[in-house]
Amino acid sequence: MTVPLTAGGRVAKATRPSRARIKTRLAVWSMITPALLGLLVFFVYPLVMNVYYSFTRYDLLSDPQWVGFRNYVYLFTQDPRVVTATVNTLWFVVILVPIRLVAALAVAWLLVRAKRASGFWRTLFYLPALVPPVASVVAFVFLFNPGTGPVNLVLKFFGIKGPLWFNDPNLSKPSLVLLGVWVLGDIMIIFLASLLDVPQEQYEAAALDGANGPQRTWYVTLPHIVPVLIFGIITGVIGALQYFTEAAVASAVASGSAGVVTTNPGSILGYPGDSLLTYTQWLYVRGFSNFQLGYASALAVLLFIVASVVVGLLLRRFDAFSSEGKS
Amino acid sequence: MTAISTSEHDIPRRQIPQRKAVKPHRILSWIAEHTVLAVLGVLFIGPVVFVLLTSFMSSTQTLTASLWPQPWDFGNYWKAFTQVPLALWFGNSALYAVLATAFMLVSSVPAAYVLAKIKLRFANVIFLAIIVAMLLPPQITVVPIYVMWAKLGLTGSLWPLILPNLLGDAFSIFLLRQFFLTIPPEYSDAARIDGNGEFGVLMRVVVPMARPGIAAAAIFLFFASWNDYFGPFLYTSENPNAWPVSYGLATFHGMHGTDWGTTMAVTMLVTIPVVVIFFFAQRVFVEGITLTGVKG
Repeated sequence: MTVPLTAGGRVAKATRPSRARIKTRLAVWSMITPALLGLLVFFVYPLVMNVYYSFTRYDLLSDPQWVGFRNYVYLFTQDPRVVTATVNTLWFVVILVPIRLVAALAVAWLLVRAKRASGFWRTLFYLPALVPPVASVVAFVFLFNPGTGPVNLVLKFFGIKGPLWFNDPNLSKPSLVLLGVWVLGDIMIIFLASLLDVPQEQYEAAALDGANGPQRTWYVTLPHIVPVLIFGIITGVIGALQYFTEAAVASAVASGSAGVVTTNPGSILGYPGDSLLTYTQWLYVRGFSNFQLGYASALAVLLFIVASVVVGLLLRRFDAFSSEGKS
Repeated sequence: MTAISTSEHDIPRRQIPQRKAVKPHRILSWIAEHTVLAVLGVLFIGPVVFVLLTSFMSSTQTLTASLWPQPWDFGNYWKAFTQVPLALWFGNSALYAVLATAFMLVSSVPAAYVLAKIKLRFANVIFLAIIVAMLLPPQITVVPIYVMWAKLGLTGSLWPLILPNLLGDAFSIFLLRQFFLTIPPEYSDAARIDGNGEFGVLMRVVVPMARPGIAAAAIFLFFASWNDYFGPFLYTSENPNAWPVSYGLATFHGMHGTDWGTTMAVTMLVTIPVVVIFFFAQRVFVEGITLTGVKG
């Protein structure tokens, strides 16, 4: 894989005296060195250490003890909640991501057609994405709370008995999907920009060739937006693999309002039942509640392998990130 | 490279080719589309309306089935500050977001400049590493990084989340580089001929020309820090005095028997700064989002 790089300037011209060249080199390296150090200290080194820790037993108080593959054996054969956590995370990957993308595309499509007050509509549909995630989750748990929540009060007005939403193990994840759709603005804006960017001449040419509406959508619009669709799918999957904040906050707030009192954070995580226990939360519990840092590292290695495959897929479409892609 | 703006004024709206006469089915589809838009609009704005209304309800009223404040009680916004150290939490959030953003700018603007404007050996390797670091979930490196900060005795504070920005932030470097690439090389070459060193070219040419991009990167990091939950959860959960307000809000309901009215007031207070900043910087913000996705 090659990274196309456009560099405007040159470090030094051959005709320049060498003192100036040294000065330039010094300047360039002083500009890039902090970031290089950052990559080493906060990315490369921890990545390597994480693999090492995954073969040890480590509680932060005493030195890491080599245990071979024991953490991995435990992970794959004995850990009582890792299967639940994995399944929950995959649920968000398979259900939440596509629903969000389809909804975002549908809203973007509607916004392209809205000729009047388009700025108003765009702002309105974008705004929820701005709300800090913790605030939006707290708001949704309130809106959907079974007792006095506005959603169930409105349903009651229509004679429907509202369900328990965030307090029902079967509905807690779908409730978070509703939240995910509400905050679709970030990816919707990207879709909208792409839809508005379809060259007008191509529509005109297609119309001249006798293409009807659906045909124009299929043959003109779709090929144009495929790159951003793929971008949306892959970044969505990467986001869902690390799904943490929304699930953790929903569990904490919903269990609080249900009067679940506990001193062990491990038992709030995942409430109700284990329905919102995601993989990254389980990693957090094992590592930082139980201080089984070696085992948490093994969980992180597994996540690393899965995420690397997804990131690799994105990087194969490196065009999306470089300046020299098709424009 | 074209930076695509979806703001009203920048690009003319594209229009689907119009037929000569307005046909009845066009009017019908216009009505259908706008009905769907209006219904969706109500659904999207509804949560904000209910949260705002509830924040003005007294604690007794939030336990009833009424949806409209009777009477309007503005005390929740004040009450929240007496129940929990809310002012301290807001201060912590501001400190976290401002310092993280300032540190990021100092370290990432020069790095992005080098990656965008200088021919450098290994530049593509460095850039690839930055992209991979940006894309991979932060949880895969969280254990060793936590161990590092624990050994330095800085867990229990927000410093483990602020200080790394002094050594560059991957997403910010990526975004800034994309902006810097849009500046034609002729400008920096001219500045070099005028006798500017690389620092001079950066400060006198690139930074002034890339001001919207730098603003976008700063706002993104400011919001990410203000909104951060996982980081404070990891490093400060044992020490309530170090909590930022995003973390405090998550623990707020149920604590001290607080009711929904006060909780919704705090929810509004956490959200308002973000929305205000957004409206002041809407154009660069939207440009920044689209640049991350619609590149190429």
